[in-house]
Amino acid sequence: MAIRSFFLFILFFSSSLSPVFSLYEDQVGLMDWHQQYIGKVKQAVFSSQRAGRKRVVVSTEENVIASLDLRHGEIFWRHLLGADDVIDGIDIGLGKYVITLSSGGSILRSWNLPDGQMVWESSLQGPKHSKSFLLVPTNLKFDKDNVLVVFSNGRLHAISCIDGEVLWKKDFEAESFEVQQVIQPPGSDLIYVVGFAASYQFEMYQINAKNGELLKHESASFSSGFSGEVSLVSTETVVALDSTGSILQTISFQDGKISSQQTPISNLVEDSLGPAVIIPSSVSGIFAIKTDAVTVFIRVIGEGKLEVVEKTTHEIAVSDALSISEDQQAFALIQHASSEIHLTVKLAHDWDGNLLKESVKMDWQRGLVHKVFINNYIRTDRSYGFRVLIVMEDHSLLLLQQGEIVWSREDGLASIIDVTTSELPVERNGVSVAKVEHNLFEWLKGHMLKLKGTLMLASPEDMAAIQSMRLKSSEKSKMTRDHNGFRKLLIVLTRAGKLFALHTGDGRIVWSHLLRSLHKSEACQSPIGLNLYQWQVPHHHAMDENPSVLVVSRCGPSSDTPGVLSFVDTYTGKELSSLSLDHAVVQVIPLPYTDSTEQRLHLLINADKHAHLYPKTSEALSIFKREFLNIYWYSVEDQNGIIKGHALKCKCTGEVADEFCFDTRDLWSVVFPSESEKIVATVTRKLNEVVHTQAKVVADQDVMYKYISRNLLFVATVAPKGSGEIGSVTPEESWLVAYLIDTVTGRILHRVTHHGSQGPVHAVFSENWVVYHYFNLRAHRYEMSVIEIYDQSRADNKDVWKLVLGKHNLTSPISLFSRPEVITKSQSYFFTHSLKAIAVTSTAKGITSKQLLLGTIGDQVLALDKRFLDPRRTVNPTQAEKEEGIIPLTDSLPIIPQSYVTHALRVEGLRGIITVPAKLESTTLVFAHGVDLFFTQLAPSRTYDSLTEDFSYALLLITIVALVAAIFVTWRLSERKELQEKWR
Amino acid sequence: MAAVTPLLLLLLLSSAPSFSSESRNAYNINGRVKIPQGLGTKGYALPGRMSNVKVLLNGGQNITFLRPDGYFSFHNIPAGTHLIEVSAIGYFFSPVRVDVSARNPGKVQAALTENRKGLSELVLEPLREEQYYEIREPFSIMSLLKSPMGLMVGFMLAVAFLMPKLVENMDPEEMRRAQEEMRSQGVPSLSSLLPGGAMN
Repeated sequence: MAIRSFFLFILFFSSSLSPVFSLYEDQVGLMDWHQQYIGKVKQAVFSSQRAGRKRVVVSTEENVIASLDLRHGEIFWRHLLGADDVIDGIDIGLGKYVITLSSGGSILRSWNLPDGQMVWESSLQGPKHSKSFLLVPTNLKFDKDNVLVVFSNGRLHAISCIDGEVLWKKDFEAESFEVQQVIQPPGSDLIYVVGFAASYQFEMYQINAKNGELLKHESASFSSGFSGEVSLVSTETVVALDSTGSILQTISFQDGKISSQQTPISNLVEDSLGPAVIIPSSVSGIFAIKTDAVTVFIRVIGEGKLEVVEKTTHEIAVSDALSISEDQQAFALIQHASSEIHLTVKLAHDWDGNLLKESVKMDWQRGLVHKVFINNYIRTDRSYGFRVLIVMEDHSLLLLQQGEIVWSREDGLASIIDVTTSELPVERNGVSVAKVEHNLFEWLKGHMLKLKGTLMLASPEDMAAIQSMRLKSSEKSKMTRDHNGFRKLLIVLTRAGKLFALHTGDGRIVWSHLLRSLHKSEACQSPIGLNLYQWQVPHHHAMDENPSVLVVSRCGPSSDTPGVLSFVDTYTGKELSSLSLDHAVVQVIPLPYTDSTEQRLHLLINADKHAHLYPKTSEALSIFKREFLNIYWYSVEDQNGIIKGHALKCKCTGEVADEFCFDTRDLWSVVFPSESEKIVATVTRKLNEVVHTQAKVVADQDVMYKYISRNLLFVATVAPKGSGEIGSVTPEESWLVAYLIDTVTGRILHRVTHHGSQGPVHAVFSENWVVYHYFNLRAHRYEMSVIEIYDQSRADNKDVWKLVLGKHNLTSPISLFSRPEVITKSQSYFFTHSLKAIAVTSTAKGITSKQLLLGTIGDQVLALDKRFLDPRRTVNPTQAEKEEGIIPLTDSLPIIPQSYVTHALRVEGLRGIITVPAKLESTTLVFAHGVDLFFTQLAPSRTYDSLTEDFSYALLLITIVALVAAIFVTWRLSERKELQEKWR
Repeated sequence: MAAVTPLLLLLLLSSAPSFSSESRNAYNINGRVKIPQGLGTKGYALPGRMSNVKVLLNGGQNITFLRPDGYFSFHNIPAGTHLIEVSAIGYFFSPVRVDVSARNPGKVQAALTENRKGLSELVLEPLREEQYYEIREPFSIMSLLKSPMGLMVGFMLAVAFLMPKLVENMDPEEMRRAQEEMRSQGVPSLSSLLPGGAMN
């Protein structure tokens, strides 16, 4: 017995303290993939360096600045700035520094262009909030130092390009002055600051760029007022629209004198339609205005005279001006025409002459062109060539050169909203792609190489061969279902309204589809994708159907705008159908019922608390009617601090008879006192989670029953004062309360207060436990707590005699109206890092032990065994508890570097972690997304049910051969010996 | 208890309130990240590696980067107690608790939260390097022997060679008796077990 327990102890000890997830460096990329993105490009600046690799520096809506290789579109370097540190402008100074202005113009940074190292950072303050501008004049020198001109927060700064020192500053404190443009005419030492005051006065300040001295200040009032932006048509002329949007004001401030001309738009365009807006452009002499349907290009000729040069109803995008020589400016114009886009490059002063005209075939799945950036190069014959960088509606970035797409980046994947998975098609006999290894010799050779690798006998070339062989393994990227369930499609919905299917094997895009229903239309002004649901997952019946997903979106930012549903086939990416709803979608509840074609029933709750059933078929309705009384759900109103439970009442009583619409009733509500508690997090169990067993055997042969209910909700509230950032409250006035609430009865099963703690709270709920992460102000460290909930009402059933004599309560009806006898156990531990996301591994049958996946502030994902968060840990576990695998209690959770599932990579801008069970019980698939994507397979208890990738078949073969040889040798020996015996 | 940190002596740097009137109680926190190159050796990490280090205030509320010499600063921070974290691939940094005092403008106190050690100046050094990969053990006979197959082979060898040795050490008379007993019982020899053995 002692020996047995000793062995068990050794076993547990060894398995508990060594990280379960661990990887050798040469295994990187075998089961995982990592993709880097930057997001939708806002601004691009081309590096004009003559030598070296051509680069383009971009800033994006994901708040990334990146330097890209202009040849291939790869990322040289990239930095993701903080969420509150939005980039306002970027430029390149002195040809070697990237200058960024961010945080509403209050932080100016300079980065080294070749390697992305930050060179300096300055903080710019000012008297009031304003628009911000960053100018990098090429010829403005100050003691041999190039000067940057920054206007931000109502103050004009001149800043040294080399060290970020402020050379001079000038405040514009006039109360109502709103800056519109800051102009530095090339070749002069003047800076013009123009803007509006009190919305009808035009103000112009002329400033000496050498010292910030105010040279002139002129103003003029315009009774009709201004609206929108101004467009600069020359260094001393701007065009603005009046407040009605129908009259163009051409204002010139030559030599400090303001003069203006008014031109009604109707004089220029006969069939003027409605108010217009000015499209900002920097092309001199030309500006564009846009009304609902028409875009008009207007040229300014001489003294405020305007002339229409082109009118078009096509979608159009214009680049900024590019100086190609002393007095020539070129710009690019892109127009859509069915499946092509037409690129024209024109000179600013010559509208009719085209420098370049090209047509490029464009996949309509990329949508419209949103932005154009132009760059030139000198061809071998000394003429100018042009390349343009275009940003499409789906956020992708493409480089066009000589009528071709040189490269493209799918940067829409940097902003994923929701993820779901889909199975791949089953391998059918006819279409089998299964390719047996080329031949036995190749196979053996491969395994011999691997053996050499494991024995560390391989030369570097051999190692390279092994690595490429493993990475190329075609097995993992096949387009059919595999036995272990490792190959799946990840269906992701991006902010651009595009749906992508990624293959889990290698991360490639299988198909992508720009949802038509998420396209701007008359009825739907600004559609927003919300969620993805598995609509149809055929497995038993309807095997011939393709699986499909439901995309729920709505027409505007507020929750009472009508919803849109679309159904997309996950094998082909075709949009099967889409529905524009006449009601809003506040909540979507996938019901646990499917119809005969395996379509899942979904209940959509609208703003008036009516429930709508989808799909709208009579079969679905009959299934639904059967379960009518068993459907409960809850809603959280976090502004008011109320959680409500709902059930169905009857058919809708509206004027229009709608069979699929139901009235609802409120069952219960939990109201949190608004002066002391504010809801910061609510978490439930994942709907598809599988629990293997309800019983948990504890050390002394005792059994505890987990309280497993799908209707448990974890709610965390904090003191309203403590809902701000860390450091804004004292420990005395901050607390955090955790609740476990039954969502059918509204009963609070457990409540615990953590004094001196505050959010943000990240929590995950699985089986009968919840783990949450928060900040402890007293210790000034992060903490993680675990609550486990056990069912006591069945504790008596452990007695075998009672079972035999029939005195058990297994058959007594379980009702949620009787108070459940539950006990909870909890424990807290310190944890080093801030978290961005938290998830738990999930496996097919729920047998494998669980690991928590923690997305840390450093954008890494750490796997932490659930055993570290076990409320039964004690400082000195007994022998029996040690046998059970209980780890001695420590005050903080260990961080073992080998258990970072992202190993040495970062998932920049991490937002979410999704786990999907594979068919193989030991394995779970993990997908982490943010600006980057990362996918890997995890085996929380090691792969106990299959051979690992690096299993050496060659070693096995050699052993078998050696054994057989040994048998024959010993046989011979034995025979000979026997013969000798007989002779004796 | 952690609130009472007697070691907080300190500090350094940090400027007076910045100028504008609305942000009277806004301070700067300046500090430095030092990454030793290799354990025990002097010198600092290559700039390429430094460029990927981020310094985060209060769980990502502000993010800043390092200058080539390792200095960083946060601007316009209200007085109070803050948390600074350093994210650098390959190194483990303890978060740092930083107290910006309103009463003593410009005073900054700092302490590592992992081991409650006070910092006399805001110089952050990694507590340890992080090795994300298992290190492949160089080939050794021991590791081969420790593998299940090695144990199997070892056991077989032991049986094949040690057992006869044991038998040898036995008393020859006893041995003969045992052999006779075995023969009379007809214990099959190895050769007779194998196909072909039967032909003898």
